[in-house]
Amino acid sequence: MAFKKMINSKKLLAFLAVFMLSGTNLLMAQTVTTDATAKPGVNWLGVGFYILLFLVAAVVIAIIGKILKVYDLSQQIKGKKGIHWNTIMGVICLIFLVVGMYGAYWDITVQGSMTLPEAASKHGVRIDAMFLTTTIITLIVFVITQILLFTFLFRYRHSDKRRAYFLPHNNTIEKVWTIIPAIVLTVLVIFGFFTWQDVENSSDIKGQPASLNIDITGHQFAWELRYPGPDGKLGKKDFRLSAGSNKLGIDFKDINSMDDLQADTLVLPVNKTIRLNIFAQDVIHSVYMPHFRVQQNAVPGLPTFFKFTPTITTEEMRRKVDDPKFEYLLYCNKICGSGHYNMQKVVRVVTQDEYNQWVAKLKPYLTPALRTELKLASADQNKSITQNRLALNN
Amino acid sequence: MSTLAVQDHGVAHHEEGHEHHHDTFLTKYVFSQDHKMIAKQFLITGITMAVIAMLLSILFRIQLAYPDKTFPLLETLLGRFAPEGRLDPEFYLSLVTIHGTIMVFFVLTAGLSGTFSNLLIPLQVGARDMASPFINMLSYWFFLTACVIMLSSFFVQKGPAGPGWTIYPPLSALPQAMKGSGLGMTLWLISMVCFVASSLMGGINYVSTVLNMRTNGMDLWKMPLTIWAFFLTAILGVLSFPVLVAGVVLLIFDRSFGTSFYLSDIVVNGQVMPFEGGSPILFQHLFWFLGHPEVYIVIMPAMGISSEVMSVNSRKPIFGYHAMVYSLIGITVLSFIVWGHHMFITGMNPFLGGVFMITTLIIAVPSAVKTFNWLATLWRGNIRFTPAMLFAVGMVSFFISGGLTGIFLGNAALDINLHDTYFVVAHFHLVMGSAAIFGMLAGVYHWFPKMFGRLMDEKLGYLHFWLTFIGAYLVFFPMHFMGLDGVPRRYYAFTEFASMQRWLSVNMFITWAAIMSACAQVAFLYNFIHSIFWGKEATQNPWQANTLEWTTPVERIHGNWPGEIPSVYRWPYDYSKPGAEEDFIPQTTPLSETMSSNVPHDFEDNPAGLEALSKWSSTQKANEEVK
Repeated sequence: MAFKKMINSKKLLAFLAVFMLSGTNLLMAQTVTTDATAKPGVNWLGVGFYILLFLVAAVVIAIIGKILKVYDLSQQIKGKKGIHWNTIMGVICLIFLVVGMYGAYWDITVQGSMTLPEAASKHGVRIDAMFLTTTIITLIVFVITQILLFTFLFRYRHSDKRRAYFLPHNNTIEKVWTIIPAIVLTVLVIFGFFTWQDVENSSDIKGQPASLNIDITGHQFAWELRYPGPDGKLGKKDFRLSAGSNKLGIDFKDINSMDDLQADTLVLPVNKTIRLNIFAQDVIHSVYMPHFRVQQNAVPGLPTFFKFTPTITTEEMRRKVDDPKFEYLLYCNKICGSGHYNMQKVVRVVTQDEYNQWVAKLKPYLTPALRTELKLASADQNKSITQNRLALNN
Repeated sequence: MSTLAVQDHGVAHHEEGHEHHHDTFLTKYVFSQDHKMIAKQFLITGITMAVIAMLLSILFRIQLAYPDKTFPLLETLLGRFAPEGRLDPEFYLSLVTIHGTIMVFFVLTAGLSGTFSNLLIPLQVGARDMASPFINMLSYWFFLTACVIMLSSFFVQKGPAGPGWTIYPPLSALPQAMKGSGLGMTLWLISMVCFVASSLMGGINYVSTVLNMRTNGMDLWKMPLTIWAFFLTAILGVLSFPVLVAGVVLLIFDRSFGTSFYLSDIVVNGQVMPFEGGSPILFQHLFWFLGHPEVYIVIMPAMGISSEVMSVNSRKPIFGYHAMVYSLIGITVLSFIVWGHHMFITGMNPFLGGVFMITTLIIAVPSAVKTFNWLATLWRGNIRFTPAMLFAVGMVSFFISGGLTGIFLGNAALDINLHDTYFVVAHFHLVMGSAAIFGMLAGVYHWFPKMFGRLMDEKLGYLHFWLTFIGAYLVFFPMHFMGLDGVPRRYYAFTEFASMQRWLSVNMFITWAAIMSACAQVAFLYNFIHSIFWGKEATQNPWQANTLEWTTPVERIHGNWPGEIPSVYRWPYDYSKPGAEEDFIPQTTPLSETMSSNVPHDFEDNPAGLEALSKWSSTQKANEEVK
């Protein structure tokens, strides 16, 4: 009891208040001095201040708890009922519902407007349409079920005068609310299934103009691009050839790879079908281009593809989002190590003319330096490959 | 009508047995084989792990909120993991990994199933203990070993495992790829093998106890929904956890013995590796074959507990008991064929993706049925707001909010843009994280008297509930929009992207909401520990509930019932039955004692009983006419 008295004593509280105030003063003083020094030490006063703040909060809660208990007991002594906690909780549920619904509304309008701009690709528009449908359906369900949940809690809060309504089951209504979600989900599934099949189809249909093939290779922690040269074809690659300047392991014995081009920015001609051939060298990465609604993992040992058609140039998008510095981005979206958070590449969508001009300036992978290096190294490389084979045979 | 066979000799035998029973401290509290003590061991270990994982999350939340600031205190606390007072990027990933692993496996699987399956299965089906108490004890000790190994990885040079809780190879297989794939990863894998061993021993025990050791009259359709949930969860675990071990063992081979199950065509830091012919996708298949049932292993016990708690506290039978059981069974079966929805964009054949999308969206139907049935249970109830009830309701609210976003993510076409973004983080933290932890807390508040013979403080419970409930929504709701803006998860800082910097203020808000929720847990911990020793002493049936565990005495004796195990005559949800004196009728009350409240529905498959009922009601009518 003595301990409890101590906690409740006013003197102690006053002391705490004084301590807190002086703590604040000291904290302020401390921040000024730490700014001056080069390497700040641990600001123990600041730490102590937060701990103290927490303790004060705990003490306040303890005091409120005690007051409530005393009040409750005194009411009981008077022969009245204590605090109606059931009513209080019911009311809080109702308040939570109203405030929560407003909060959700606020969040959807304010933060919802901070989300991605309209899709900048052909299939992206379809995905967005489906997103909208799904959002509307789920929002309706969300609002109705949460309202029912919390109003029921308020409406049917405990009362000694009442008895609950004995309702163990009702087959009709159960069938109804099994079948309705089933129908809605079937619609979404069918809608989604066909969109998915179309989006994921990465092979070119015969007769249509061939899409522009671009290789993108992820490694820790950057992306490498490879554009086809004038022949429009990308040469073969072999990971065993990755050495020295030939980082990607391009097989220059393949005639198609002779004119392959290297680039720093992923520049795409607008309204032309692009087929990204996605590779990874070390660990799994993910090619993520949210503005185009494109994502595909880059898996070592398993080439993947994504075919899409950009429809809005960077310039147009800058005007649309009213931001002259806007850039489309491609970044890694699969945990890949310490630099995962900064593995990005700028994507620029331009007109066909601009693209042609840009492509003309690109340098080939087969630089003169690499040419000489390869000629010197070719004998070594062959040897190392045969050695590998031998090792495997063993 | 049902017969009540009193077997006196059973009583005598048992009491005799008790006189020979001498518990030392070691056999009672440490190497206990009593299911109630093992449940408490699981609970306290689980809560400890939860607090650790929560503190880890606060650490990385601070990094996300203040990526540019230095906190010298962090260097004091974490040493080389936070040089200059800022978290190391690799240690950030380790924090994320260990937070996820601990929360999913150690808290929400072992802490939740381990605690409540152990506590409630024997008590609610009417058994003196588990089918194999010794294996039950082993299960706990394997679990504790797993916990210790997992935490010990914080003390190795390169730090704990860091490739995310899903440990996808090659990142987890190549020590050159990141620090967290070194010794820390080895410890993670060893810990997980111990954990799965623990889980399997527990699961086999739960299944065999439910199937074989039910008391007289407790047929499957008289079991409380908690038992149904634990039973099906255990089946899921027993069937899916071994697949994880298979995956983990192959990964150990790849890491330590030079095999190429998951590795192929790899060049790390310019060095060509000799691996050929493996597939990283294979690991993902093996992992998610457990990984997806795992999320149902986490949520189903929470569903069972919430169903029970909501029925007791709204003084109403659970609405659609059969539908609830069938939807649990449906979820169990379907959860085995949906794992591919974690892999839509990993390079898996798109056609397979389409199939997995169909199965995934089908699973929303039983989930919807459950939600509507919970709402119908509350409708026209007489709701008592105990803290357990509030947490159960909170579970339903989270399950709705988080479940609905599952319809987006389960749709392969939408998943293209949402995969691995904060939208996913928001989704599973609500539907699986918060919902399951609320189910667990509901269980703790509700069955605390059964574990410790005392009651927890209600007002502190209210405070704990509201702060945590509001806090969780404040933390996870805004994350949806970050995901819709294409902000990826597991990013150490958003500073490198101009487009993400506007989310920094939101991140700060989320971090402070998380700190508030974390502080609220102090109210729980204080309440929990204080009530164990000084709480108000509980009566035998403090919540006026029907289930069998409340027929045991308050002092928790080995063997549960001092005499004969009671027989069961009715389903567990006869609350507020019209015509009954009280608003609850325990399962042990024969129908013959409650003639005034019986309804024809009580006598399905029992023509003799039905006849007795009609006879009784006709005499009743005759009497009234005489009057």
